[in-house]
Amino acid sequence: METLPFEEAFERLETAIAALQDGKIPLNEALQHYQEGMKLAQYCNELLQRAELTVQQLSVDDTGTLSVLPLNL
Amino acid sequence: MNPLGSLDELSVISVSALTLYLRDWLEANDILQNIWVHGEVSNCKTYPSGHCYFTLKEGDAQLLCVFFKSSRIRTFAPELCDGMALAVNGRVSFYERDGKLQFYVEAVKPLGTGEFFERFEQLKVRLAAEGLFDAERKRLLPSQPAVIGIVTSPQAAALRDMLRVLRVRYPLARVILSPAQVQGTDAPSSITAALDLLNEHGEADVAIVGRGGGSVEELWAFNDEMVARAIARSRIPIISGVGHETDFTIADFVADYRASTPTAAATAAVPNIEDWRIDMLEKRQTLVALMQAYMSDLCVRVERTQHDLERMSPRRLIEQRRQQLDDSMERLQTRMHHMISLRVERLRGVALRLHSLSPLLTIARGYAIVRRDDNQKIVSQVEDARPGDDLTIQVQDGTIPVEVRRR
Repeated sequence: METLPFEEAFERLETAIAALQDGKIPLNEALQHYQEGMKLAQYCNELLQRAELTVQQLSVDDTGTLSVLPLNL
Repeated sequence: MNPLGSLDELSVISVSALTLYLRDWLEANDILQNIWVHGEVSNCKTYPSGHCYFTLKEGDAQLLCVFFKSSRIRTFAPELCDGMALAVNGRVSFYERDGKLQFYVEAVKPLGTGEFFERFEQLKVRLAAEGLFDAERKRLLPSQPAVIGIVTSPQAAALRDMLRVLRVRYPLARVILSPAQVQGTDAPSSITAALDLLNEHGEADVAIVGRGGGSVEELWAFNDEMVARAIARSRIPIISGVGHETDFTIADFVADYRASTPTAAATAAVPNIEDWRIDMLEKRQTLVALMQAYMSDLCVRVERTQHDLERMSPRRLIEQRRQQLDDSMERLQTRMHHMISLRVERLRGVALRLHSLSPLLTIARGYAIVRRDDNQKIVSQVEDARPGDDLTIQVQDGTIPVEVRRR
């Protein structure tokens, strides 16, 4: 889960909730969805807490090659 | 009259004395107190107080103007905007606090549109006819952009404003600045190149094109046809954020979304992470609630099944059988009892009959039985006993030992 992008984690969380809402799944599956859902919510929350905006700058060198450099203001 | 009194060349006066003198001197000039001047409106700003401030330009010259609310209302003056060509009537005076010469407007007369305004209108009409402003062309902005492109000047305060908003609202994003000059003669080609570069790079999900507030001239690059076309051909959805709320540029019309300022553009580009944090909390609560509902539903089903099972259980049958068994046992006991007492009765009858035949009854009437001690034979004849024999006489209540003396 460490490298899971936020958007994907969020989507999986929605899936877990939808599965539980259905209510017609076996108990072990329900428990799995629940546990995964709680983990994903926690993970998403952590991502939101520690997220830091990345700022970069486009630049073109003499040969016309496009590169992306970090931008410090 | 000379308000400064008589001065020789070595005298030093205060700033306020000089500014006061300048004001009085200007206001003493009748020509300057009621005059018409024409020029083009620029840097026009109307404050909430209703007072309007602008610069009147013509050629290389400019004049600071104030149009107070009372005068505007009295003369039913039109709303002024940058680029308007105006003839203004009023008086010249000196504003001591700012050390500025100012024109106090009493009335205005529009002289048709100014040069800038004319060019703006022509381009607007032409591009509109081409369909560049059509609503169908506008693309939806992505709801969760991972990469945000910004076309502006790296030195601009607007860039820092936008980054500040993005940091607070959506730090999950990556920002790619495509630097451009946003004012001056090279600005249109610079903005166009920066936009094209951002498209060539291709990672941005949305792009903001903009700059902070300024005069009509300073914002003019955003009214350039080249810039308009660069926005139109961008594959990345474009948000424009140019100047202040009241500034409208051609770029605003072509952009997929027009924000009133660079800060507003950054706000429009991204969702608010705070809403997500709240959403995340709610989602966790939803999960817990759903799981609880699931479990309680399951419990109800288990209980119901248990109940059904109990109804079908053989316990009742067992209880029935146990009762039958109890009944049988009791019947058996009664029967046994009956049989036993029957036999007891019969036995008693036999015993009575036996008793009636007993010799003891005869003895009771006064008879006695005499037996020989040696062999227990009953002595029924004289012959049976000789002198010296030991005999026992049995009477009703016991026995008497005797010895035969003679015969």
